Amino acid sequence: MSRAVAAAGTPTPAVPLAAAARAPDSRIAWLGLPLLATLLVVFVLPLIWFFVRVIGESGGIGAFAELTRHTLSTGAVPQAMVLTLWTSAVVTAATIFVAYPMAYVLSQARGLLFSLIILCVVLPYFTSIIVRTYAWMVLLGSQGLINKVLLGLGLIGTPLPLLYNTVGVVIGMTYVLLPYMVLTLYAAMRSIDLNLVRAAFGMGASGAYAFWRVFLPLSMHGVLSGSLIVFILALGFFITPALMGGPSNITIAMLIEREVELSMNWPVAGAMSLVLLAVTLVLYAVYTRFTDLQRMLR
Amino acid sequence: MLDTHAPECPTAAGPRAPRPKSAAAPDKLVLEQLRKNYQGSNAVDDVSMRIPTGQFVSMIGPSGSGKTTTLMMIAGFVPPDSGRILLDGKDITALTPQSRGLGMVFQNYALFPHLTVSQNVAFPLEIRRTPRAEIRERVAQALEMVRLSPYAERKPQALSGGQQQRVALARAIVFRPPVVLMDEPLGALDKNLRYQMQVEIKELQQRLNTTVVYVTHDQEEAMNMSDLMVIMNGGRIEQVGAPREIYEQPRTVFAGKFLGEANVLLGSIESGAQASVFITGAGRRLVLAPGLPRPSGKTAALFLRPEKVMLEPIGGAAGGVAGRLPGIVRRVSFLGHIVRYGVDVGERDILIADVPNTRGRPVHVVGDAVEAEWPLEDTHLLEAT
Repeated sequence: MSRAVAAAGTPTPAVPLAAAARAPDSRIAWLGLPLLATLLVVFVLPLIWFFVRVIGESGGIGAFAELTRHTLSTGAVPQAMVLTLWTSAVVTAATIFVAYPMAYVLSQARGLLFSLIILCVVLPYFTSIIVRTYAWMVLLGSQGLINKVLLGLGLIGTPLPLLYNTVGVVIGMTYVLLPYMVLTLYAAMRSIDLNLVRAAFGMGASGAYAFWRVFLPLSMHGVLSGSLIVFILALGFFITPALMGGPSNITIAMLIEREVELSMNWPVAGAMSLVLLAVTLVLYAVYTRFTDLQRMLR
Repeated sequence: MLDTHAPECPTAAGPRAPRPKSAAAPDKLVLEQLRKNYQGSNAVDDVSMRIPTGQFVSMIGPSGSGKTTTLMMIAGFVPPDSGRILLDGKDITALTPQSRGLGMVFQNYALFPHLTVSQNVAFPLEIRRTPRAEIRERVAQALEMVRLSPYAERKPQALSGGQQQRVALARAIVFRPPVVLMDEPLGALDKNLRYQMQVEIKELQQRLNTTVVYVTHDQEEAMNMSDLMVIMNGGRIEQVGAPREIYEQPRTVFAGKFLGEANVLLGSIESGAQASVFITGAGRRLVLAPGLPRPSGKTAALFLRPEKVMLEPIGGAAGGVAGRLPGIVRRVSFLGHIVRYGVDVGERDILIADVPNTRGRPVHVVGDAVEAEWPLEDTHLLEAT
């Protein structure tokens, strides 16, 4: 008798907790103020100030609009924009393929293995991006470790062109952006109830079938979130493509830098930045539209 | 070893006794000496039983009794350390869960949140590459059976707990598995809904004549639904039998106490020329019915259901052969349908008497001297633990 009552009285916490997560207490909303203030001071205001100055220098809004249109129609910018989008897409795809198995292992790992993988994923973050990029250059160069090993083993006759081309850029950027994808996928996979996979097995599903029909669809929101994060970050990449890319790997960020550093043409740089910002904001809008941040963080 | 076929109807079984056809039914599932050791302790220790076709069998016991592990071994998710599992006479011990083809209802339903109700139910059929038209037909049929047809295109999250449970049920039966396994399927539902679902599951099982193995820790639930109950404790089977059989004829103190309220008086047996006598810890003597089964050894536990005990004023007891102990009323609890008396029958022995709340029964108050009386045949002598 008492057993039955105890079991019936057990609350199912999932519902109230989820409800709580969705509706934060308005009395603690002020805790977010410092963050908002910081963002306003160090990000939003400088951005506004930057555009105001650029507009002033180019001689008014009309002139700036004309300049932007002109910039967009000249050869280099659309070409760089397309290349940037293309590179970002390839990098995003590459991170998905590399990060998905890593995140899966991470989501199943316990104890020491878990700590080890997390360390491997996060540790590079504490190293300067330039150092990491140069490290890759040491590995990938025609006299680099990889080519030397492959040559030594007789697998290749001439060094593979791994650096100063698109391959180099993709490898470098994939490496730098990997943790974002791994951690996002990990969060999504951890929220998957493994009983569902078990249930699929119980109904006769093979491992591949259960993965394809159950695990993958349930992790898709993580893939989408991770992809958008990586893609947006990749759009603004500068150091890696500049160091590891070839003469044809000119991204939009590199063009902007060139306008500022070499031509000292701030209005043109401003126009390009505006284009990049607009593309990024559109993608961000897509991101928020398709991702439930609270679900991810739960 | 506690091998049990469909139980021979004991005289006490009455209306709840299994239907006669099941007595002749072949065994659908046979467990032979299953063992599972987790980190040095036996989660399942020598479990053997026969589950006849078309029977509703529940495994019941406290947490850690091995009931879920046993179910998971039948399902194939947990490999036994030793022993065999036979399905329709074929050894399936080494088979993966996939190739066993059993239906399973999980504790938290395990419905796929990204699929609609009908897609969930179609899932096992799609795995079996059933033709589309047949899938549609059978899904519709299964959903109708659990009265969820209007919800076919909804996502599971949009349904109530009871409805989700019925989706899980439909998904488990839609591919007509030989056996449906259920792991505490009603644990997350509130009490009223649970009773309703018990009735529904039982009706469905009878309509389809499916063999069901059902794990629960709720004895009322098990008694309500089962043809056979398996009482488990510490990885072992304590008793297998129809609910009424176990209730009326418990083989161990544990089994008896697990199903409902129980009086257990410890004492010793004195064998006499004419009749044996049970002597309580306080030295009270009870003449036992001749031929009453009893454990070997001198000590024993006298087992008696509280509702068998009647209370009479001292000297007011009717004559005849009956168990009888004088005592003082120490507690009176009014529980609505019954009044529960705690009667001190000497030293620390409290005898519980559940007296139906009907007109004309004498009402006793704390401090009353009474005589507790019960039919001799309701007395059981069990191994003292």
